[in-house]
Order: sequence, then structure tokens, then C-alpha cells
Amino acid sequence: MALPQAKQDATEARITALSLPEGGWADPARRDALARVRAMGLPNARDEYWKFTRPDTLVAAEAPAAATMDSGEAPLFDSRDRLKLVFVDGVFSPEESDDLSLEGVTIDRLAEAKDIHWAKDLYGVLEARGQSPVARPLAALNTAFASDGLLIHVTGKPSKPISLIYRHVSDRSDAILHHVVKVDPGAEATILENGPAAARFNKCMEVDVAEGACLHHIRAQGRDHERRAATHIFARLEKESVFKSFTLTVNGAMTRNEVVVEFTGDDAVAHVAGACMGDGDFHHDDTVFVTHDAVNCESRQVFKKVLRNGATGVFQGKILVKPDAQKTDGYQISQSLLLDGDSQFLAKPELEIYADDVACSHGSTSGAIDEDGLFYLRARGVPRGTAEDLLTIAFIAEAVQEVEDESLQEDLVERVAGWLARRRD
Amino acid sequence: MLEIKNLHVKLEEEDKQILKGVDLTVEAGKVHAIMGPNGSGKSTLSYVLSGRDGYEVTDGSATLLGEDLLDMEVEDRAAAGLFLAFQYPVEIPGVGNMTFLRTAVNAQRKARGEEEMSSAEFLKVIRARAKDLKIDAEMLKRPVNVGFSGGEKKRNEILQMAMLEPKMCILDETDSGLDVDAMKLVADGVNALRDEGRGFLVITHYQRLLDHIKPDVVHIMANGRIIKTGGPELALEVEQNGYADILEEVA
Repeated sequence: MALPQAKQDATEARITALSLPEGGWADPARRDALARVRAMGLPNARDEYWKFTRPDTLVAAEAPAAATMDSGEAPLFDSRDRLKLVFVDGVFSPEESDDLSLEGVTIDRLAEAKDIHWAKDLYGVLEARGQSPVARPLAALNTAFASDGLLIHVTGKPSKPISLIYRHVSDRSDAILHHVVKVDPGAEATILENGPAAARFNKCMEVDVAEGACLHHIRAQGRDHERRAATHIFARLEKESVFKSFTLTVNGAMTRNEVVVEFTGDDAVAHVAGACMGDGDFHHDDTVFVTHDAVNCESRQVFKKVLRNGATGVFQGKILVKPDAQKTDGYQISQSLLLDGDSQFLAKPELEIYADDVACSHGSTSGAIDEDGLFYLRARGVPRGTAEDLLTIAFIAEAVQEVEDESLQEDLVERVAGWLARRRD
Repeated sequence: MLEIKNLHVKLEEEDKQILKGVDLTVEAGKVHAIMGPNGSGKSTLSYVLSGRDGYEVTDGSATLLGEDLLDMEVEDRAAAGLFLAFQYPVEIPGVGNMTFLRTAVNAQRKARGEEEMSSAEFLKVIRARAKDLKIDAEMLKRPVNVGFSGGEKKRNEILQMAMLEPKMCILDETDSGLDVDAMKLVADGVNALRDEGRGFLVITHYQRLLDHIKPDVVHIMANGRIIKTGGPELALEVEQNGYADILEEVA
């Protein structure tokens, strides 16, 4: 079916503004992806999947400017022993990064990877699988035009986390990054991501977790106010594998985080969680799609949003259970804490189940701060502001607790507490 | 210590007068008890003094050590030394009991211009106090009051009181929902805090709590007023004859 003219024009305008990286093993994948983009067209406000989030600034040929922000605080995870890999405005910076060698993992730059590369079997492949039943054109655009990113092959159990650190330098930076993560059978790793990446950021991460393997992913976005970001994670889980992804988002004019999980092997576990805190001109969208196509797999989606001063939070979450995916255990909760009457939370929870022996539940709530709890804390001498902060942190706790490593949980909570406290000063 | 004069209070939402001129003075070192039938205004008095929303003071005053309580924010009343042991302690999922208590203790100290308690010192003190109240380490770690039994919640209130060392303690039906053993434990906790410089106001339906926390003065409250004041023998009279006789006597 031909695309509407307006959509076709907008898509071509965006494509024309970019140049296709040439040469190497990824070429066929890029060309296929470009064909997908042209066939699907980039999203616009009429698309059902973009009902609650306006895609125009994410799609526009030119990125809207976004001022860099010096938060004046030490970067998250700073004190932690980790392999540091730094990107400046979406370009890998070898000077600022650690040496790429770490036992149990091999890491290459997408921009430099040699002709024959293991990532060939994954680059654009998981993204393409994730294009059905719902189109994700910005991810295909990413596969076609990403000029940098990391190809991370986990072969063992690296002794420290692999830490991707983003730095935003130019007001006009428009970064497209594509990472591929392959975790071998029985291997286990933790990937951290943090820092403001660019004025506009399109990021895709394809994750293949092999039998008995485990990947932990902990990400922090923010606190740059003006950034716009569209990110995708495509995760494929094989037998008895585990994938846990948590994202903390603070501020940001426009953030759309899509996570697409597919269970292809039995007895696997995937947890996708997020906590976001939005103030004022803030729009944050978590869109999650989990497909159960194997027996006895467990999926959890836990999302908490704290919104004030006209901030908007969106959650679109779906669990699809295919006919043979018996014994599926699916859980989904999305909740918002609305700190004033101006903010809004829009939720679209969906279950689509074709197997008959499954346990799936979902819930979505919106509420104000608990007045009884607030009074109780104040009656013990805790000032109102501190009491609100405590209750706010308590509200997001269920999502933060999805992070397995307790010291990382503490890092995240401490960061949130610091933000909240400074907000009041 | 606590001085209440001609206190008139109505509900904010509806035109309903709950307290109709309460006069009450609790001296330092004394335990006063307020007894009275349901709906007499006992709990309202405790809420108004601690600053809960939903009530409007239409006349009268309440001062703590000469300071106007009614003009203060909730947290400032606490920092000034007022403590209310809740009839229904609130559950706060996600906030650890220990974090809660340390935040409260240090917030009060800060408000009074005192030095904050270090983690080590706090831990030492809370462990000792918790042990006296048979509160185990697990209960300290759990979220505030979540999954606590009725007795555990009330013991947790007394632990908070012990940690915060208030000047004026109001116990709002602390005996409700407690069996005899739990009541004894709670009463022992309260008695351990009796002190020359501290006042208590114990609100209760029944005389039995007063067997364990011996009051110096007993007030009978009915229909928004204190209608009779006496010694401990007044509580026994209520126990034997109910409120009917007293209500009739003053009518």
C-alpha cells in the first residue's frame, strides 16, 4: 500500500539529510533497513502507535537545538570500577575511554569493525524481527544510518561492568548510535549507560542472550532538560537465559524508550523496568512489547512515573502470548504519582493471549501523594518537603528493586534523593 | 507543659462542632488520662493538637511550653516536643523503618539547632531501645508498619517515642487492638519514659490500660467537653458503672 504523500515526503526529507555509511559487512543490512524505512514511512501524529507521543521532533530533518547542561554533580556510577567507554555527541572517543580489552568480552567499534564479523548475524536482524506486528521505523532508520556504536561479545563473565558514558557537547548534535550485544551460552555481564548523549539521540541496542546466559542492563537518562531521544532495545532470549533492563529517566523534553523482548527458548526470564521523574516541559514514553513464543518463561514490566508541573508520562505495554507458549508467567504494572493537577499519565496496557495455560496480570494506576503517610511522617518531625521526597522514592522503589545488584540500587536511589533535595533548595 | 483553653473545633468540611470548649492543663512529670464514650471528641483533640488537616479551630487556644501550638506546622509541633502515638499507625510501603526513624530524629535535631546523630550512634541507641520493646532487627528493616501486626504497630509507636524523646506525649487509644501481654509491653515502654520533665496524655476507652500506666489525673470527656476531673479512682468508677452515671450526674 502506498504511503500517504505527506508521510512519504517527511520520510524522504529525513533520509536526504543523512548519509549512508559505506563499505563493510553491514552494507546489506543497512540497505535492507533503508528499504524498510521507505516502506513503513517515519511515524507521524496519525499513527496509532504514536497516539500519545508526538514524533515530529524525532523525525524532523534537522534536530531541534538543545542546550548542553552542566548539572554540577559527579556523573552516576563514577566511583565504580568499570570499563569506561565514552561517546561524545554520538562519536566514540578512544582518548577518553579505557582500553577495549577486558577478559570475558570482546568489543569492537561499529565504525571500524573488519569485514567479517560475528555481529553480521545480529545487526539489523533483531531490529527487523521486532518490526512485526508493530512497525518501529525509527529503529530501522537507525540500522540504516548509524555510523558508530559498539559490538559487544560477551564470552565469559567480565569482572566489571561495561559502562557506556555519553557526553553532550554541541547544541545541535544529532546522534545515531547502534550497539549489538551478544552473550554466549552461560556468559554473564552488566552493561551500564548514562549521561546526556546529544541534542537529539536515536539509539538502538540489539541483544542476543544465548542459552543459560544473563545480561543486566542499567541505564540513566537525564537530567538534560532539552534533549530528545528515541531509543530501542531488541532482546532475544534463548533457553534458560535472563535479561534484566532498568532505566531511570529524569527530565527531557521528549523521550521515547521502546523495549521489544522475544522469548525463543523455554524457561527464560525477562524483566523490563523504569522509573521516571518529570518536571514541567517533560514528555516521557515507555513502550514495551513482550512476545512469549516459548514454554514457561517469565516476563515482568514495572514502570513508575513521578510527574509534576504539567509533565506527561506515557506507558504502552503489551504482552503477546503465542499459542504454544504454555506456562507463561506475565506481569505488567504501570503507575504514576501525580504531584499536581497539571500533569498527566496516559497508559495503554495490553494482553493478547492465545495459549490456555498461562498466568498474566496487569495493572495501571494514577494517584496523588498519600496524605496519611505524609501526615504521619510530618507528625514525627520530618519536614513536608523531605517527607514528600521519602514518599516519592518509596513510590519508585518497586521499579528500582528490579535491579539485582543492591549497590547499583543504592547508587540510583542516592542520585534521585540528591536531585529531589536540590530541587527544593 | 500543655495548656488547652476553651478549645472549640469544628469539622472543616461540614458544619459540625466536635469540641465545645475544652480546658485542660497537663503539667510536666504528670500523666493525665482522658476517658469517654465513643464520639465524645477524644481523638479529635489529639488530631487537632498534632495538626491534622480537616479541622477548624473556631475558638480557644493550645500551647506547649508557652508556644502557640495551633499556629505551627505539623513538623514544627513535633520538633517543639509534641508526640502523638497514633490509634491507627500508618503503613508506608517503600520507606524502611530505620531510614524513617533516623530521618525523623535528625530532622527534629536540626530544627532545634542540635547536632545530628551519626549513623553509628543512632544504630547503637535504636538497638537498645528496640530490644526493650522486643522489636527485632527484621522489624526495623521492614517498611514502616507494613505487614506489622496490631501489637507490632503499637510497639513501633512507642519505639518512635523513645527515640524522639518528646516533652509531651499523647497516646490515642494505644490499647486498642492489643492483647494483655502486648498491652503490658507497651505500658512498660511508656512507663520507662516517665520523667520529671515529660507530660503524658493517655486517651482510652477502658480502665485496663490505666492499671499499667497509672495516671495522676483522670478526665471524663463527653459531647466535646471535659465534664469531670478526678484522681485514679474516677477510672475505676467508670469501669464499674460505665459512663451513664457520670453523664447523668453532670446533666
